[in-house]
Amino acid sequence: MTRYFTEDHEWIEVDGTSATVGITDYAQSQLGDVVFVETPDEGATLTKGGDAAVVESVKAASDVYSPVSGTVTEGNAALEEDPALVNTAPEGDGWFFKLTIADASELDGLMDEAKYKEFVDGL
Amino acid sequence: MNAPNQSGWKPTSPVAGTADGANTVTGNKALMLEEPLIFEIGNCETTGVDLPEPDLSSNRLGGFERDAEIGLPGLSEPETVRHYTRLSRQNYAIDLGLFPLGSCTMKHNPRVNEKVARMPGFADVHPLQPVDTVQGALGVINELAQWLCKLTGMPGVAMTPKAGAHGELCGILCIRAALEAKGDAREVILVPESAHGTNPATAAFAGYRVENIPATAEGRVDLAALKARLGPDVAGVMITNPNTCGLFERDMKAISDAVHAAGGYVYCDGANFNAIVGRVRPGDLGVDAMHINLHKTFSTPHGGGGPGSGPVVLSEALCPYGPLPFSEFHADGTLTLVEEETAGERHPHSFGRMSAFHGQMGMFTRALAYILSHGADGLRQVAGDAVLNANYILRSLEDALDAPFGASGPCMHEALFSDKGFAEGMTTLDLAKGLIDEGYHPMTMYFPLVVHGAMLIEPTETESKAGLDQFIAALRSLAERARAGDETLKAAPIHAPRRRLDETLAARKPVLTWSEPEVAPGEPSLSEQGGS
Repeated sequence: MTRYFTEDHEWIEVDGTSATVGITDYAQSQLGDVVFVETPDEGATLTKGGDAAVVESVKAASDVYSPVSGTVTEGNAALEEDPALVNTAPEGDGWFFKLTIADASELDGLMDEAKYKEFVDGL
Repeated sequence: MNAPNQSGWKPTSPVAGTADGANTVTGNKALMLEEPLIFEIGNCETTGVDLPEPDLSSNRLGGFERDAEIGLPGLSEPETVRHYTRLSRQNYAIDLGLFPLGSCTMKHNPRVNEKVARMPGFADVHPLQPVDTVQGALGVINELAQWLCKLTGMPGVAMTPKAGAHGELCGILCIRAALEAKGDAREVILVPESAHGTNPATAAFAGYRVENIPATAEGRVDLAALKARLGPDVAGVMITNPNTCGLFERDMKAISDAVHAAGGYVYCDGANFNAIVGRVRPGDLGVDAMHINLHKTFSTPHGGGGPGSGPVVLSEALCPYGPLPFSEFHADGTLTLVEEETAGERHPHSFGRMSAFHGQMGMFTRALAYILSHGADGLRQVAGDAVLNANYILRSLEDALDAPFGASGPCMHEALFSDKGFAEGMTTLDLAKGLIDEGYHPMTMYFPLVVHGAMLIEPTETESKAGLDQFIAALRSLAERARAGDETLKAAPIHAPRRRLDETLAARKPVLTWSEPEVAPGEPSLSEQGGS
């Protein structure tokens, strides 16, 4: 399994053609307490860079973009009941959705963990 | 009377007790009275009105009679009056003090407006009255419309939209109708980062895909990025000018020209028009549609005090598509309303209606009273004083608070600060809570999003220098505490009726309806205990 990061502060963990997507610890720290999450429905078709989910905190509402194109296999139902998971475990139980990747080559431009850390340090 | 707040569900401070440790039996603090919910003090058995027992022996409800108590609280007249008066004392309003909410223009609502709006000829008319009996009211709509056209340099105006976002929708629907009339379906509306948050929502609601245009380092629209994105799929742009960074978009004319050259239209969010009224005509800048918040620029009450009103001025290109109804002035001095019956002949391309009737009549009379009492020169001074007051705050505090666009020149009607320089762990929220202790409504915070920990302060022109000086002194003291890491600021507000509320819990688990608290078996329930 390999984990990639985007400049929009999302992570995607890839296992063959399936992947899990969430927002990074840096993103949750900037948002503050998350109060609401809307995840995509199973079967929804996502395009790379297009709107995939919505996250709302006490400070702001933000779109979450899909790091790659694909078809949603599952939205994280736990976030509906407990949006705080995004704050406590952003890169674990606070994942947003899983999808089947349409085109693996879209992963090429994404950052690995070290590169993302460098990117965040530069902000 | 019951002990106040006995159900105990209302939010209280995590820090128990009052600042000086003295609690009273009643929960009241001198003349600040602790007030329970009306459901906690009233009950079904009490009533303030003597009504004869109704005859329920026969009815035509067909078995749908209520078979349980309705659960509405009953109170005597003095109890009712006191309840709402006590609650109103815990409110903060523009009539109590400075209300520095950036982007909201909480200016004084002159009392002459109220006097005029209460005149029976305006206050007691009905929208379905025969037109020849409401010539005066139609005259007000028409005269206000002419002023709005003149002040904006635009040929037409739709008066019916009920508020800013409603006006945005009206403008975008005009753009959609104009494009569809040309058989030119476009899909994208461009919205800069510094626009009002309602703009992308409006575009999406009208069926467009929204794309962001970045801001430059000095806080204005990136003209080059905008031009690069324009093309045959772009229906238009929505620009807030002055923008939410408190800056005038100097490239507005160039933006409009580029958008028009690409076949699109320009929507301007006119919420901040009070900064430029009497000085800049948006029509001269190439704007095709702009809403005017009568409840901001033209001083009609809002924010709990009254409804909004958002007329939309339209360019020559969009006028034919404006909504019904509108008032039409005739050579003989009479006015008629153009509605669906005559629209086929008078206004055939209208996209439809924004509201059932003519708009917010009560706000029209107030806004016209404001305009006429100020005159053209007075309105020009409104803009000048609004900008002067905001710059006075910006320059008085820029050594104590970080002003991210302080170097971009004078601000317009609002001053923007960031949380840069605060000690570790201190936030904009802490400073805002401290302002409550100082007796002010907090400023707009965490907006615009382009600035970290944003504090957006709009004093408006109706504050005196002495009033601004006191506010500046309060804010300076709070800024110094935030920079020094004064932990006591984390406990603010300590003087408010409620201490720091758990806003996260309130958002995650909102309690929106009252239900009678569960009581132990054998104990009388709240409503059985009686109200007084």
